[in-house]
Amino acid sequence: MNMLFRYAGQALVYLIFAAFLGYFASAPVYNHFPADKALIKLSLAHGAAREGGCRRRTQEELQKLAPNMRRPMDCPRQRLPVVIEFEIDGVTLYSASEPPTGLSGDGPSRIYQRFTVSAGKHDIVARLRDSDRTEGFDFEKKATIELKAQQSLAIDFRQEMGGFLLRW
Amino acid sequence: MLFLQRPLRAVFDLIESWLDKPFGPDWNPMYHLGALGFFYFWVVAVSGIYVYIFFDTGISEAYDSVEYMTHDQWYLAGVMRSLHRYASDGMVAMMMLHMVREFSLDRHRGSRWFTWFTGVPILWLVVICGITGYWLVWDSLAQYVATATTEWLDWLPIFGESVARNFLSPELLDDRFFTLMVFLHIAVPLILLLVLWIHLQRVSKPEIFPARGLAVGSFGMLLALSLAWPALSQGPADLGKVPAAIGLDWFYLIAYPVVEIWGAGPAWALAFGGSTFICILPWLPRLQHKSIAQVDLANCNGCTRCQVDCPFAAITMNPRSDGRPFEREAVVDPELCTGCGLCAGACPTSTPFRRASALVPGIDLVDQPLRDLRQQIQDATDNLSGERRVLMLGCAHGMRFGHPAIDGVAAVQLPCVGALPPSFIDYVLSRNLADGVLLAGCNGGECYSRFGIRWTEERLAGERDPHLRSRVPRDRIGQLWTGARSAKQLGKELRAFQARLPERPAKTEKSKAQPEASPETPAEETV
Repeated sequence: MNMLFRYAGQALVYLIFAAFLGYFASAPVYNHFPADKALIKLSLAHGAAREGGCRRRTQEELQKLAPNMRRPMDCPRQRLPVVIEFEIDGVTLYSASEPPTGLSGDGPSRIYQRFTVSAGKHDIVARLRDSDRTEGFDFEKKATIELKAQQSLAIDFRQEMGGFLLRW
Repeated sequence: MLFLQRPLRAVFDLIESWLDKPFGPDWNPMYHLGALGFFYFWVVAVSGIYVYIFFDTGISEAYDSVEYMTHDQWYLAGVMRSLHRYASDGMVAMMMLHMVREFSLDRHRGSRWFTWFTGVPILWLVVICGITGYWLVWDSLAQYVATATTEWLDWLPIFGESVARNFLSPELLDDRFFTLMVFLHIAVPLILLLVLWIHLQRVSKPEIFPARGLAVGSFGMLLALSLAWPALSQGPADLGKVPAAIGLDWFYLIAYPVVEIWGAGPAWALAFGGSTFICILPWLPRLQHKSIAQVDLANCNGCTRCQVDCPFAAITMNPRSDGRPFEREAVVDPELCTGCGLCAGACPTSTPFRRASALVPGIDLVDQPLRDLRQQIQDATDNLSGERRVLMLGCAHGMRFGHPAIDGVAAVQLPCVGALPPSFIDYVLSRNLADGVLLAGCNGGECYSRFGIRWTEERLAGERDPHLRSRVPRDRIGQLWTGARSAKQLGKELRAFQARLPERPAKTEKSKAQPEASPETPAEETV
């Protein structure tokens, strides 16, 4: 009888532990995003123009370099920052000047931003400057979008594909 | 750290005492948390191999193959999938309990720092295994885990390109990402196994498999849970949608809400800061050992008993260096020695019945030598009187609350009960220093110094050298492995032991402390 109680006690402990494992393996539910909202992700990795232009090395300068490093053009590695603006329904949600990545500042500028917006129709404008101009932008995308609840819209940028891309 | 350790210890004491009743010390899960963690690891490994047979890597294939396992082949692959999940969760639970319990027992400092320190990468590796595993299912939970993880990783300035950009939209996602995840989900557990091996390097005779009954019970529990509550996917991933409500696995993914609430930077600071804090705990403050073991070559014949009984592999047997006609000699590594004294308890020369020479065994603790213990016993029993005189010999854990003032009871504290050579019990009873000897040790037989209680029980039962001589009346020896949860409880146990003691047939005059002059010098005592 004593053994029976012992085994019953063990079964009870296993039952409690199983319930603990089973419950917390998938519950309580975590609501990490409002069910009635939509998401816009603004993300790009784009290298702006180099700071300053290239210049041709003189013959004398080339001679001073090791034979395998005698490139005729001397181009600076440092890139300019990428300036970006994002508006929705006339309100600027994001405006930033993103410096280039890399130890020498020669990598692409990286942007990854999330915006939670209400579902429905929105006018969006994305602008990007990657040159040494001081005013205005090199790329601009205007669009009217209709987002459903929990829909995710990605705004990407690919220069070789003409600039901003909307990915649904 | 006592302000943290004491309440934790009290909670563990309570849970352990509850679990002792149905499980007993051999099967009590709280005494085998590390071994249970290992057991769950093997369940995860075997079930994972089976699940991998049916798993397809690919954006749509991954989810479909898991659905096939869950619904079409629910009776085997589905059960295996559930076992894989629940055993993984069980492993996390065991691992965390194991860590907190070792901390509460102060088992993370001194020479144990290495085992504690190498446990920290295990935490990270287990979590990485879990994250990559959830990723592979490619349901809405996997989508959440993938985007949240990569957004978190992107905060670190180590990636040239944003990793999270891979999950911007469906057309940017590549099958190769799943191949990478599968590789990681196999490679990381293998690395984990390697680190687990390193984790146990300074532990001699590590328990890596729980008692059979406990293993059977645990597996039965996992199997029943898998059948009753199978693991399910949460709908296919769709990068064009944001999964709003997620059924998180809180064992593995508890950090994600923290990342969202606090932001990536503070969450990394918490993760790295927390890990660093755990890593440096052994030195906050550094454990000051009262004593370490030292070999006396003049009394060491290289019998290896101390080496065999050392729980921390601190003793090695080296070639003889003193020219005496023995093959080997014991050498103590002070870095590994915890000063538990189990080696002194194992040494056949550790006998208090010395006549010709002083009590200097082949191995002994520098600051707590056995000759001092003998003197303490003499002093403690000098004033004992009454019909049932009891000498309690206990470790710091068995006598944590001291001993209650009971007539006819004296107590002497040892570093560990395993440090007591059995001949000392013989000495106390044959010299009529007391009518009974009560040995008090850690809770449930789960010794702070790992093997102190086990070795003591085996020595008393004549199963391990040095044996307790057969002439010693066993009914005058009590064993109390309760960790003395309170002075009141200890008092109760002491009185009960006193009451159980048989009366002495013929009282002899108590011998006074003249051990060196004693005629009883059994050279055969333990050899």
